[in-house]
Amino acid sequence: MTEPVLSVRNLQVEFITRRSVLRAIDGVSFDIAKGEVLGVVGESGAGKSVTGLAVIGLIDPPGRIAGGEIYLSGVRIDNLPQEEMRRLRGKRIGMIFQDPLTSLNPLYRIGDQLIETIRTHLNLSESAARKRAIDLLAEVGIPAPDKRIDAYPHEFSGGMRQRVVIALAICAEPELIIADEPTTALDVSVQAQIITLIKRLGRDHGTAVMLVTHDMGVIAETSARVAVMYSGRIAEIGPVQDVVQHPLHPYAKGLMGAIPTLASDARRLMQIPGSMPRLSAIPTGCAFNPRCEFAFDRCRVERPEPIRQGAQAVACHLYDAAAETAA
Amino acid sequence: MLAFTLRRAIQAIGVMIAVGIISFSMFRFAGDPVNQIVAIDTSAAERAEIRHSLGLDDPFPVQFSRYFINAAQFKFGVSYQFRQPVASLLKERMPATLELATCATILAMVFGILMGVYSALRRDSFLAKVFQAVSLVGISLPTFLIGILLIYLFSVTLGWLPSFGRGEVVHIGWWTTGLLTVSGLKALVMPAITLGLFQMTLIMRLVRAEMLEVLRTDYIRFARARGLTTRAIHFGHALKNTLVPVITVAGLQFGSVIAFAIITETVFQWPGMGLLFVQAVQNVDIPIMAAYLLVVSLIFVTINLIVDILYTVVDPRLRSTISRPA
Repeated sequence: MTEPVLSVRNLQVEFITRRSVLRAIDGVSFDIAKGEVLGVVGESGAGKSVTGLAVIGLIDPPGRIAGGEIYLSGVRIDNLPQEEMRRLRGKRIGMIFQDPLTSLNPLYRIGDQLIETIRTHLNLSESAARKRAIDLLAEVGIPAPDKRIDAYPHEFSGGMRQRVVIALAICAEPELIIADEPTTALDVSVQAQIITLIKRLGRDHGTAVMLVTHDMGVIAETSARVAVMYSGRIAEIGPVQDVVQHPLHPYAKGLMGAIPTLASDARRLMQIPGSMPRLSAIPTGCAFNPRCEFAFDRCRVERPEPIRQGAQAVACHLYDAAAETAA
Repeated sequence: MLAFTLRRAIQAIGVMIAVGIISFSMFRFAGDPVNQIVAIDTSAAERAEIRHSLGLDDPFPVQFSRYFINAAQFKFGVSYQFRQPVASLLKERMPATLELATCATILAMVFGILMGVYSALRRDSFLAKVFQAVSLVGISLPTFLIGILLIYLFSVTLGWLPSFGRGEVVHIGWWTTGLLTVSGLKALVMPAITLGLFQMTLIMRLVRAEMLEVLRTDYIRFARARGLTTRAIHFGHALKNTLVPVITVAGLQFGSVIAFAIITETVFQWPGMGLLFVQAVQNVDIPIMAAYLLVVSLIFVTINLIVDILYTVVDPRLRSTISRPA
């Protein structure tokens, strides 16, 4: 079996505040294989973005990685010194942020930003870097890249800027791209183009993609597997088809039930009662237990570990019990 | 771009005409100029004669346009007190003030930006806290007090620096400079610090606040995610974005440095325009006061114009909004 590009093991991220230590990520584990797109979904504050930032080493104080391990192609990276981590960023891990309107420095031509990034990571001359920059712009679908390279960010539309951001993220051919809500700030029609672009990157270059979003449609469109996060933990992870059509975790069921579809006959969308707990008040046991209609005593005391169910893995005591009775 | 510059230049002329009216009306508020020229026993007929020969019986618009046209050619009349043309008095004093103001501004910019950047990047360091404390002093202590304290320390107690005057100056054409002699430079140190301290602390606090703001932006986060070096991020990406508001403030402050120079020049008996103005006020020497007002406004307006143009050089977004007709 080949080594996964990204392997996260039991990751814990804490934010130290004046009053207490808040645990934003608590025991998250997942793998992403070469060329695979892993979707990460969940409500705001579930820890999706923080997971991405932890992988690329951009958790700022007062936050810190408190435990667990992160491996990039088999090499541990979460404990690297700052300077080595910096060299890794942009070269082996690329990142795309949510808002293309604010991701680019307004005072520099996009060509200068591309060339600067290329020359930081690759040993190229100014003119070779410029040529590569033009090729990259062409690859991400910017028309007339040899002219547009000298334009400033404000001269591009939102969708075009996100293409430039993607070009910047892939300029050193990274093994892994972390895309943090790359389509949220865009029009629906532009979203589709950007999704196609991200999918193509995975296919053509074998780039692994961690796609953070709260849009199940985007996940279904792009990803092979999906991880559903809740309160800094993975509730369920598995192939997109299985998780969307047969969600196991009560939270995942609620989440899938809340997606409106044109085909469905249901008059009302499903709602999950209550809201996600604040980081300072995560309940003991399963974090979802106060909102869960199936919760029983064990859920309030003992934290569920991921349990394999076919291709899926689910962190819920319901399935542990099912396995026991079946045995 | 050219249209923009022209439009701003026309606005500047408008401002100058307004200042001209204020400056001109000073002559009228201070009483009848004829009375200041003639003796007490001059007859009414003679007074009328003088009034007519000086054109003082012409209607206001005629008088004003005559004044303004003359002023535009730097003919400001004759000083009551020195019996010399005001223009030559100002010309003689201007190098001292401009040299002082320029040195003070450069001092303020260089140290203000350095200290601001440092205290933004090393926010929790001891030195950054010292800078913050010093800047509080600089902002709250009045200029004349700082000047007097400096004189007390370096002239009276230590005897290192002269307490007044400009030292030896070298003539280059009509310009006089104190920058080329040791005594001139020594004489410049304390006035420049006194005058620049307030601006320096202002710029420092501005740079610090702007820099902290910029460091939180998405494009800095994205620059970090691209693995750029800390140096490139701080000094390439962050500092350039910080400079837009700093240019405005520093530019506008250069004008007020010249205006504040009145106090500093008085404390250090610096032979500049400010000192001339203070003397003129004491002696009700209206032509000098009026001309000073015009010259300082001209400098202000010119700097504003330059700052507006500089903006567009730094920020490409402004260039494109300007080239598009509004």
